[in-house]
Amino acid sequence: MHREVRNAAAWAGLLTLALGALIVAGSRSLAHFDAALVAYTFASLFAVFGITYRYAIWLQRPPTAVYWRRGFELFLRRGHLGSNLRLLVTRLVSDFGTNAFIWKRDKLRGLTHMLLMWGCVLAAAITFPLVFGWLHFEAMPDRPDWYRPVVFGFATPAFPVRSLVAFLIFHGLVWSAFLVMGGVMLAMRRRMRDEGAAAVQFFAEDMLPLILLFAVSLSGLLLTVSYTWLAGYGYEFLALFHAITVIVTLLWLPFGKLFHVFQRPAQLGVAFYKDVAARSEPASCARCGHAFASRMHVRDLETVEAALGYRYDDPGEVGHYQRICPRCRRALVALAQAALARGPSSRRAALPAPMPSYANPGLGEGPLGSEDRDNFHP
Amino acid sequence: MPVPESHEFFIDPRRCIGCNACVQACTECDTHKGHAMIQLDYVDRGASPQTVPVVCMHCDSPTCAEVCPADAIKRTGDGVVQTARKPRCIGCNNCVLACPFGVPKMSTGMNLMMKCDMCYDRTSIGKKPMCASVCPSQALFFGTREEMARLRPASRVLNVFRFGNQTITTRVNMLVPGQAFVESLDVLSALHEPAAGNDAAENVLLDGMEAPHAG
Ligand code: SF4
Ligand code: SF4
Repeated sequence: MHREVRNAAAWAGLLTLALGALIVAGSRSLAHFDAALVAYTFASLFAVFGITYRYAIWLQRPPTAVYWRRGFELFLRRGHLGSNLRLLVTRLVSDFGTNAFIWKRDKLRGLTHMLLMWGCVLAAAITFPLVFGWLHFEAMPDRPDWYRPVVFGFATPAFPVRSLVAFLIFHGLVWSAFLVMGGVMLAMRRRMRDEGAAAVQFFAEDMLPLILLFAVSLSGLLLTVSYTWLAGYGYEFLALFHAITVIVTLLWLPFGKLFHVFQRPAQLGVAFYKDVAARSEPASCARCGHAFASRMHVRDLETVEAALGYRYDDPGEVGHYQRICPRCRRALVALAQAALARGPSSRRAALPAPMPSYANPGLGEGPLGSEDRDNFHP
Repeated sequence: MPVPESHEFFIDPRRCIGCNACVQACTECDTHKGHAMIQLDYVDRGASPQTVPVVCMHCDSPTCAEVCPADAIKRTGDGVVQTARKPRCIGCNNCVLACPFGVPKMSTGMNLMMKCDMCYDRTSIGKKPMCASVCPSQALFFGTREEMARLRPASRVLNVFRFGNQTITTRVNMLVPGQAFVESLDVLSALHEPAAGNDAAENVLLDGMEAPHAG
C-alpha cells in the first residue's frame, strides 16, 4: 500500500472514530439517540470517512501540499499574526459569508449560490445535531407548554410551544428547503439556457448534485405537508423516500461536486500566499528581465513541477523554463517556429530582449484584471 | 458530444497579421462571455510588426491541470483541456505561471482562472472555434488534415514541443515548413532570436547605430 493511501486511511479512520465518540458523548451515552435515525448516522459516518480520505489524499498532492504547508507557515509568521487574523476575518466574511467573488461573476449566479449555500448550512446545522442526539427538546415538568432545547446534554433557555420562536425553530428545515429549492431551480435554469454552461457540464458532476438536493428538499417538505394538512397521509412512504435521498446525498459527498465545499477553504491559504508574494522579492524573467510573479512562487512551482515528474529544467543558460515570464513564453514559441522557416537569424538578440506587449491592451481583451496586468504578465 | 477526432486546430504564427479579429471573435464565445481568451502579442513592438496569436494548445499532459491544487482543470475524453471549473478554482495563479505556452489568464475580482477551451460550445456541435472562423490569414485554422495538406502543400504539422528537458505533445498543431526535419520544436532555442524584421531594420536603417534594446 502506498504511503499516501495509508496516511489517508489512518486519518479517515481516526476522524470517523472521533465522530463516533462525539455521538456517544453528545447524546449522553445514546440516551437521547433516536434509534429510528440510525441509518442516517451510519451514512454520516461513512461520509466522514470518505471525505477525510479524499481530503487527505488531495492534501498530499504536490501542489496542494505546498500551498497547505506554506499557507500555515505564512499565517503563523512572527509579527504578522495580527494582520493575518484581520485578513482571515475579512476573507471569511467576503468569500464565505457573502460569496463576494461569485456575485462578481454574475448577479444571478451569486443569488443562486447564496440560496443553495445558506439553505444547506441551515439544514446541516439542524439535522446533524438531531441525528447524532446532540440536540433534543424536553417539555418542562412544571410548564408542559414550554420546551427546553438540550444541546450536547446542556440545557438552554426554554420557550413557549405556541410562539413565533417555536414556529420558526420547528420549521427550520422547511425554510432551508425553500432556500435550497429556489437555488436549485435557478441553477437548473442556467444550466438549461446557457449554451456555454451546457457545453462543458458533465451530468454526474453538475446535474446530479442539483437533482439530489432538490429531491432531499422536496421529500422533506412533503413530510411536513403530510403531517400538517393531510393527517399523515403517505407519511411512511415519504419518510422512507426522504431517508433514501438524504443517505444517497451523504454517500455521494466524498465523490462528486459537493466535495468543493471542503476544498474551497484552501482559498484562504492562497490569500495569505498571495499577500506575502505581493510584498516579497519578484522574480525577473530570464529573457526580458522584467519582474513577474514572486521569486517564492516561481521557486515553489519548480519544486512542484519536479515532484509531478515534469522536467522543465534547462541545461542551457536559462536554468529552468519556469524562469521565463508567460509573455516571453508566448513569443518564444512563435520565434522558434519562425526560425524553422527562415533559418536562425544572423543576429543573436542580446538579453534582456524587449518584453512582448499586448496587441490589444484593453482590460478583458489583453489582461483580465490587475493581476494579469501588473503582476503575472509583466 | 465530443469534438470529432478528424477536426483539428492548426496554428501558424508566421501568418498572423495582428488584425485583432480573433480577439474580438473570442469575446463572443459562450463559455467565457465577453472576455477574450486568445493572447495576441507584439513580439517587439518598437522594431517589428511580428504578432503572435496564442490559443490553448490542449496539452496531452497539461501542466496547468497538474499543478492546480484545486483539481479545477479537467481534460475531456476528446483531448480538450477545459477552463477552470468555477466552483473549484481558488485563483492561486499556479496554472498561469506554469503553462509552458503562457495561456491562462487570471480574473482577479472573480478569483478565477480563465482560458481558451477551444470554443467547446461550438466545436462539440461541429462548428469551428470563433477565432478560426474569422482569421483572415488562416494563421488560425480549424479543419481536417486533408484540408490543411491541400491548402499548404509546402508545410507539415508538428505537435511536439520541447522546453528544457521536458517534451509536451498537444492536441493543437503548429504548421512548420515541410523541409524542417525536426521531431519537435525546441522553444528555448529561440532565446536569442530577434523578432522577424529586426534583421532588416538593423541592416538597412540602423547601420552603424547601436542595436535597439541591447541592454
Ligand atoms: S497550453 Fe497551457 S493552458 Fe493549455 S492545456 Fe497546455 S498547459 Fe494547460
Ligand atoms: S488558478 Fe484556479 S485553475 Fe489555476 S491552478 Fe489555481 S486553482 Fe487551479
